[in-house]
Amino acid sequence: MIGTFLLLAFFLVATASGEIAMTYGMKATGEPARLRPKEILQFLGRAVRNGWFWVGVPLMAASFYALLILLSWQPISFVIPASALSNVVGTLGAKYILREEVNAARWAGVVLVCIGVALVSLDSIPAR
Amino acid sequence: MVLAMVVCANTGDLLLKRGMSSIGAVEFTAEGLSHAFRLTIFNPTIWMAIFFLLGFMICYMTVLSWADYSYVMPAGAFGYAVLTVCAVAFLHESVSIRRWVGVLIICVGVMLVGQTKPRTTEVPASQKVAA
Repeated sequence: MIGTFLLLAFFLVATASGEIAMTYGMKATGEPARLRPKEILQFLGRAVRNGWFWVGVPLMAASFYALLILLSWQPISFVIPASALSNVVGTLGAKYILREEVNAARWAGVVLVCIGVALVSLDSIPAR
Repeated sequence: MVLAMVVCANTGDLLLKRGMSSIGAVEFTAEGLSHAFRLTIFNPTIWMAIFFLLGFMICYMTVLSWADYSYVMPAGAFGYAVLTVCAVAFLHESVSIRRWVGVLIICVGVMLVGQTKPRTTEVPASQKVAA
């Protein structure tokens, strides 16, 4: 069980850090001037030359494989609701690493989304 | 753009599920994996799924270039609500009360986040010029 919680912690940290690295990279890249194919392609060209993009991608891949391993170890009724905690870890990262302003309304929204995702996911589990 | 992100992700997932179901269960052996790889390469549904998932990634990257991560992340959960409504409308699936309650809670959460400022961090002057 300790292994499961360690892997869950790794999954939560890898998910949040991968997406935070991606956000950092995209903010450093700068938004496309207009949402036209040419400008978006130029934006993508700049984005893939940003080092943070290449930090984010392997971390996001690692989080995906950690989720797959967790699913093979524990029942989905534990894994999916627990994985919804990535929203909370991500918001903490956004607040303390990306220095985003997370007010009470945003926190309340994130917590409600976590509860909602857990409810929806639990209901999607096929009956044994 | 967030809506396009959600639609692309859901469509991609559904197509991937349909494509992989048509291939059948993958055997976890070297031969089974290489056989499954060959089948996926020539499966048009899988390619359509990859196209939509690529669209999701492009939308996600573009949105993150200007909006807060703590704004985009919960907004993406709106996909669960879209998926449930699609399941009822197009697949005529029956959805339990618990799931509808979950969808309702997600919608309230997304609305709460949606009322906050999408971007709370400063844009450096150099980026303004680049954009």
